[in-house]
Amino acid sequence: MFRVFLYGLVALIAIWLIAPLFVVVVTSFNADASYNFPPTELSLRWYANFFGDAGWRRSFWDSVTVAFASALLATVVGAMAAITLHRSTFFGRQAISGLFIGPAMVPGILLAIGLYALFTRLGLLGTLQGFIFAHAVVALPLVVINVGAALQTLDPKLEVAAASLGAGKINVVRQITLPLILPGIIAGSVFAFVHSFDEIIISLFIQSPYLQTLPVKMYQSVTHDSDPTVAAVAVLMMLISIGLAACTMLFQPRRTRK
Amino acid sequence: MTSTTLTQRGRAASAARNLVRVAKPGLLPGLLLLVLFFLYPLAEMIRISFADPQLGLQNYSWFFSSEVNVAVTLRTFWTAFAVALICLLIAYPYAYVMSTAGPRLRTILLAVVLTPLWTSLMVRTLAWIVLLQDSGIINDALEALHVGRVPLIRTTTGVIIGMSQMLLPFMVLPLYSVMSKIDPKYLQAAAALGARPLTAFFKVYLPMTKAGVFAGSLTVFVLGLGFYIIPALLGSPRNTMLSALIQQQVGGLLQWGRGSAMGVILLVSTILVLAICLRLTKGVRLGNVGGA
Repeated sequence: MFRVFLYGLVALIAIWLIAPLFVVVVTSFNADASYNFPPTELSLRWYANFFGDAGWRRSFWDSVTVAFASALLATVVGAMAAITLHRSTFFGRQAISGLFIGPAMVPGILLAIGLYALFTRLGLLGTLQGFIFAHAVVALPLVVINVGAALQTLDPKLEVAAASLGAGKINVVRQITLPLILPGIIAGSVFAFVHSFDEIIISLFIQSPYLQTLPVKMYQSVTHDSDPTVAAVAVLMMLISIGLAACTMLFQPRRTRK
Repeated sequence: MTSTTLTQRGRAASAARNLVRVAKPGLLPGLLLLVLFFLYPLAEMIRISFADPQLGLQNYSWFFSSEVNVAVTLRTFWTAFAVALICLLIAYPYAYVMSTAGPRLRTILLAVVLTPLWTSLMVRTLAWIVLLQDSGIINDALEALHVGRVPLIRTTTGVIIGMSQMLLPFMVLPLYSVMSKIDPKYLQAAAALGARPLTAFFKVYLPMTKAGVFAGSLTVFVLGLGFYIIPALLGSPRNTMLSALIQQQVGGLLQWGRGSAMGVILLVSTILVLAICLRLTKGVRLGNVGGA
């Protein structure tokens, strides 16, 4: 009896988590120009609207560019840092590790106003470089955590063995460490990409009419009217996130799957 | 060079060499990025809070002299607290079922609870706007049940519903990580010794999950303090939270000093909450919080 109650409760919670996504999908097919749910008639006009609108299309490609470049930057820099932190013991190592996790701990709005002040002065508002640096710095902890976790499971004997067989430091990293922690690096980079693709708080501050990433354009649309084009965009964003999530699953070693 | 044969002094020398040879080049790009686009912006915010429009504490005295600001700060703390409590109540049975379920069901439940991390904040907020709006399906259902229409959007209730869903993974993951390590034999032993199920739960099971409860609640509370998008879109200007007030000062009124002072107050209270809780829970090993 208690078990039935418990499982029923968990089923309700699962519905509460999933249902909103279903609602967005259905709304995107609404034939009316409203958020009415359930819709009385279905159509693809909001998808046509998205693909036919130069502004939405540009936002999409800007988002992809920023996400790709910032994920690349965060992955290279973050993986280097994680490997270095893992291999060495030096004074202040703890503090440095903490610093690398920092951007994930500080409320987004604080970094947003700080970067807004800095970018105003440097003329980086609404520029690709500005977006890439800002997104890379908040994605850095995701890469460091994921690569760090992969390094934890790495058997140190393998590196010692390679070194004893005459491999230099660089060679050990390139031929032993990197291939073994590749799943962690891939997971970190995908997290970084998705994080940038979805980032909204900092983006709202550093955007300009010349460069608005998708979430920024969605935010402005939602605050101005009830245009279901936003729902169509949301569905496309969901598909991209789910696709990437599936990709990382493929790269994870079987052992660590739960 | 094997580390086992090194003396204490040799080890220190090797550590020093490590610092120069390995640590520096590997960390440099990351540190550069962090200093330029993380530490410097935060330092700049702190400086502005004391220096704009002129040097002094005027921004802070303005903050504490305004009843609105104090009320908003209290509301922010209260909302984050309510969200943490609701997340705990929802996540506890969920994590429990996850820890006792078979591998198949567990994978499904894990995937479901992680969806907030995989789907954009904007997407989920949009979903709640559709669901909670005055002409939305929830209100239609309430009317059909003769409860009548209730304002959900532009209320603190709406904000709490949206935030709880967004933050649930941060509660479920640490709870699950402690629960999955609990041997069911403890509960069987308690039952064999005559404890009723409720007694066994409160005296045996709950204390063993304490670390997960603390870690999860702390994470949810601290993350909740800084929420901006959900209160802005699901709340109303009348029940605004600290982040929105900061945005209003900086973005709307160009009162950089005041906005920055609020930012410093949010930052300091976040750190204080963390420090106090970590001190209180000293000895309780915080489980792996995981994720972002």
